[in-house]
Amino acid sequence: MATVRRVSTSSAGTFPKRVKIVEVGPRDGLQNEKNIVPTATKIKLIDMLSEAGLPVVEATSFVSPKWVPQMADHAEVLKGIQKFPGINYPVLTPNFKGYQAAVAAGAKEVAIFGAASELFTRKNINCSIDESLQRFDEILKAAQAASIPVRGYVSCVLGCPYEGKISPAKVAEVAKKLYSMGCYEISLGDTIGVGTPGIMRDMLSAVMHEVPVAALAVHCHDTYGQALANTLMALQMGVSVVDSSVAGLGGCPYAQGASGNLATEDLVYMLTGLGVHTGVNLQKLLEAGAFICQALNRKTSSKVAQATCKL
Amino acid sequence: MGNVPSAVKHCLSYQQLLREHLWIGDSVAGALDPAQESSQLSGLPEYVKIVEVGPRDGLQNEKVIVPTDKKIEFINQLSQTGLSVIEVTSFVSSRWIPQMADHTEVMKGIRQYPGIRYPVLTPNLQGFHRAVAAGATEISVFGAASESFSKKNINCSIEESMERFEEVVKSARHMNIPARGYVSCALGCPCEGSVTPQKVTEVSKRLYGMGCYEISLGDTIGVGTPGSMKKLLESVMKEIPPRALAVHCHDTYGQALANILTALQGVNLYKVMEAGDFICKAVNKTTNSKVAQASFSA
Repeated sequence: MATVRRVSTSSAGTFPKRVKIVEVGPRDGLQNEKNIVPTATKIKLIDMLSEAGLPVVEATSFVSPKWVPQMADHAEVLKGIQKFPGINYPVLTPNFKGYQAAVAAGAKEVAIFGAASELFTRKNINCSIDESLQRFDEILKAAQAASIPVRGYVSCVLGCPYEGKISPAKVAEVAKKLYSMGCYEISLGDTIGVGTPGIMRDMLSAVMHEVPVAALAVHCHDTYGQALANTLMALQMGVSVVDSSVAGLGGCPYAQGASGNLATEDLVYMLTGLGVHTGVNLQKLLEAGAFICQALNRKTSSKVAQATCKL
Repeated sequence: MGNVPSAVKHCLSYQQLLREHLWIGDSVAGALDPAQESSQLSGLPEYVKIVEVGPRDGLQNEKVIVPTDKKIEFINQLSQTGLSVIEVTSFVSSRWIPQMADHTEVMKGIRQYPGIRYPVLTPNLQGFHRAVAAGATEISVFGAASESFSKKNINCSIEESMERFEEVVKSARHMNIPARGYVSCALGCPCEGSVTPQKVTEVSKRLYGMGCYEISLGDTIGVGTPGSMKKLLESVMKEIPPRALAVHCHDTYGQALANILTALQGVNLYKVMEAGDFICKAVNKTTNSKVAQASFSA
């Protein structure tokens, strides 16, 4: 295995001037929530998120309802939302059938995913990482022909529930593969939220050798309360795209009682404090969070929302 | 993320992962070498002293009054986690802080393990004498970097509070009792809004000058972000050596860990979680610790 030369971190205190926030609440957040949310509620949530100024809102997943019942109404949701100019609404497409359904429903951007762990891939979709990426070839070809951008996700980048530690070199390998296949952006996901800032730094050092930092995003789960700290480390290394979820929606299928994604409100609070431009209206974002929490009958996981809520 | 079937729950290997991994398992000799190597590269300290303030700052802000024996049991459990400093109670008038009314009983009742320090808050000379009579061997005083907050919280100006503390710290030094100084509202004030790093530095310098061995800078309302924390520390470190500084971050806006971002060493996380579970049951609340939420099955 090639030794990884450590990329020196930029001095603490240097941050990108602008950060693109990819709001994954309606997809990653909701799909991990127990209560099924009606279609109209999902559409209203996405419209409210658009009004809050988020530049990217991941709308849904064209996956079989057998696997993810929450996303059964994918076509209606995509057709029903207001598509604000300047805002992207990517959707997950786990296979070619899903891709076709997504395009038929009006999708203008799709997302595919791989994992940095062989065991995780084997257990979940019963094939190797390479085989899983091959399955996406069809999608990439068709998307390229239709000028539809494709985003690539890599899961388990900081740890795997089956393999345990994940080597940064492996993450770099999978990220490189997805990038060379034609994904315009690679979102590196700490799926089970076990990472800490040093591990994030080591992983990014390796990946940045293979994929330009401008094409990288981080997607941190807050299972162990590390999401914001890990995201901060990524920003210090030059990453300027961050995935987060309104109200910190979601959970973790591997740890009952655990919390979900990094809360968008808490992320916006930090970035605003740092003088980084996000384009997001925090007040409107809080309203969207309050709305979906009421619909889900749950408390928000966002500390900012908790602090500002008068109830 | 992705479309992981939710049928894969509570993977046994996952529990194993948590036990085996460096960052969650018992601290093992030699296991810190990779962390040390990393920390040198990124400028992180190799060792961090954690001052556990749950029994004092934590409990005093909880609505439910915790019985004395539960407080004592809680502190005894914390003593077995490897934490080296545990702030026990506050010798403040019970009229102000009913939760701390049993300060003397708690101080006398806890087991004081060798090598662990048990500081107590002493807002004035009266409290200081009571604390010493109850067996305290370390004390803390606290000022604020905001005039309005000082008036609201302890009913006097910053200058008046400093005069009060001088008396306490002088007496403490006379008896060879170390004194720690707190500065609250270091990154913002609920009354005044923004607080200048210069003001925090001025108050810190005053406390350090009167003999406090360590100054804990508190983001009392948790409004700080990493940038404002950095500016603050740059200012304070011009007057006070870093080894005499501590940070005390509230997580009101979810920023605490990002504001801290340092390495953890030498603490048995499972025992800390057990102590946390114990006190949460006593106050009938769910934990705020994400690590605890993720580790205890619902």
